[in-house]
Amino acid sequence: MSTSTPHLDLATEDKAVRDKMSVAGRAAANAKKRVTSPMASVIAVVLAVLWTIPTFGLLVTSFRPEKSIKTTGWWTFFSDPQVTLDNYKGALNASGTAGMGTAFVNSLVITVPAVVIPICLAALAAYAFAWIDFKGKNFLFILVFALQIVPLQVTLLPLLSLYVKAGLAGTFWTIWLSHSTFALPLAIFILHNFMKEIPKELVEAARMDGAGHVKIFFRVMLPLLTPALAAFGIFQFLWVWNDLLVALTFAGSSDVQPMTVALANMSGTRGTAWQLLSAGAFISIIVPVTVFIAMQRYFVRGLLAGGLKG
Amino acid sequence: MDISVKLLTMLLAILLFVAVVGVMLFIASRTERRSGSLVGYVFLFPSIVMLSIGLLYPAGRTIYQSFFDAAGKAFIGFGNYGQIFTSSDELLVLRNTVIWVVITPFVATAIGLLYAILVDGAKGEALAKSLIFLPMAISMVAASIIWKFVYEFRPDQPGIKQIGLLNQVLVWLGGSPQQWLLNAPWNTFFLIVVMVWIQAGFAMTILSAAIKAIPDDIIEAARLDGVSAFGMFRFVTLPSIRPSVIVVLTTIAIGTLKVFDIVRTMTGGNFGTNVVANEFYSQSFRADNQGLGSALAVLLFILVIPIVVYNIRQLRATEAR
Repeated sequence: MSTSTPHLDLATEDKAVRDKMSVAGRAAANAKKRVTSPMASVIAVVLAVLWTIPTFGLLVTSFRPEKSIKTTGWWTFFSDPQVTLDNYKGALNASGTAGMGTAFVNSLVITVPAVVIPICLAALAAYAFAWIDFKGKNFLFILVFALQIVPLQVTLLPLLSLYVKAGLAGTFWTIWLSHSTFALPLAIFILHNFMKEIPKELVEAARMDGAGHVKIFFRVMLPLLTPALAAFGIFQFLWVWNDLLVALTFAGSSDVQPMTVALANMSGTRGTAWQLLSAGAFISIIVPVTVFIAMQRYFVRGLLAGGLKG
Repeated sequence: MDISVKLLTMLLAILLFVAVVGVMLFIASRTERRSGSLVGYVFLFPSIVMLSIGLLYPAGRTIYQSFFDAAGKAFIGFGNYGQIFTSSDELLVLRNTVIWVVITPFVATAIGLLYAILVDGAKGEALAKSLIFLPMAISMVAASIIWKFVYEFRPDQPGIKQIGLLNQVLVWLGGSPQQWLLNAPWNTFFLIVVMVWIQAGFAMTILSAAIKAIPDDIIEAARLDGVSAFGMFRFVTLPSIRPSVIVVLTTIAIGTLKVFDIVRTMTGGNFGTNVVANEFYSQSFRADNQGLGSALAVLLFILVIPIVVYNIRQLRATEAR
């Protein structure tokens, strides 16, 4: 008994509509129609579970007492479960390097503006590129687009000197400004693509009513742009929250360092303290994993819309 | 700084930028009455300023610095570049980077593609894909710690048990535990495993969408012709998703060139595992060698350009479909 793809009788208009859809659109349209063998389903699920085992192992470890961690493998947990919250307490209050508790607040304080700022600025710029005609528009657009190529390593040393000269070194401003600047080329590109898809008729109608660019931006664009802003926002959130390089370069001191830096330091100085490292790692991933699971749809949409951050 | 001060500073920053946007829009509405096209520049102004100061100027400056010595004072022409291609330490760094960039994209894409095909239409497809994609949500530092634990070594002595999963599996199979991260050149491959683990989910997501977007009539036609599963893959699936495959390959390649977190966290670049992005950081911020650091950054830039150009061309091909 074979389970092949159900035969589809595509009418001509249907086909025409489908041909016009983007990759993402067609994928969504076809998503419900394919069925595969039960065997493949089982293998797929098994593989997914195997894929998650390393993460699971560390999670289990984070709840085990230090002595157990250092003498037995985490898989023995199931025959001899001993649970403790000491590891989490220890990681949150770690002395020496900033505890994960302070680092958590820092991560939050760093990430939120680093998401809001580029979105604001990019929305304005993208609108200009999409709907306003001005001299040098094409040149500027290509320039902004091309800036996506610049790897951020190339900007770090001079930026650090600039910040020191401006007296901003060691504050959150260095990271906010850096992350916002790095995010702009891609943000402008993505938002521009979304804005271009808004039907001309809506803009024309607003213009007939006498609305200037500013009004159109607020009344027509922004409401329609919410999914795009959400997609990019989540993307940027995860990127900044999980970033190490920018944070290490500009926020090396323990007062402002986010969790990635705290974790990297912990791994460097207490490399074998698995009880602390496991708890620390999980404290650092709980927010991005939650955001990811809750907003998965938007995140995937952002990826498919050309949000391919290298 | 205590928590309330930090949170207040954060709110201040956000408000400040909202205010900037507000001011821009106000100026824009005024200029609109005078000249329609000037408005465009007002909308663009903040972004252009930030990009010029934050990207263009530093990039130019770094390229400039790469021709100077460690302290940034004496002009040494291509001296730093010469060092990169002749010193044995740097050649090792280059070799490792090449290994990373060649292996990671292909392995990650292959796994992602095969899994996308396997899970297409399966029961529990959404959950399975989420699990595969999950490593992308966590930081590379956390991923490195997870895998460092998997690779953990305990000496093969009576009374001592393994705590790292890989060594335990090896012992169960009758082997003796290895120090996976210490033995060059294989340790580089064990580091690459982490990057593949992270990126395969990305490849799977993009390619799964591409596969689902293959028009059903093509698949039906092939089935009616009696094509085998393998034939379907080779003659229908693969050609149809080719632009997406290339976009995935190039994007992962670019990401791999910049990989720094994994190497730094797991081995610190020691034991012969160093790569360009990590060496850049070491030279710039630990050895205080601005000249060499800048040259390495420029090298990264040069390596990235052709891949990005190719990536963009393929992106346009996907859009056009």
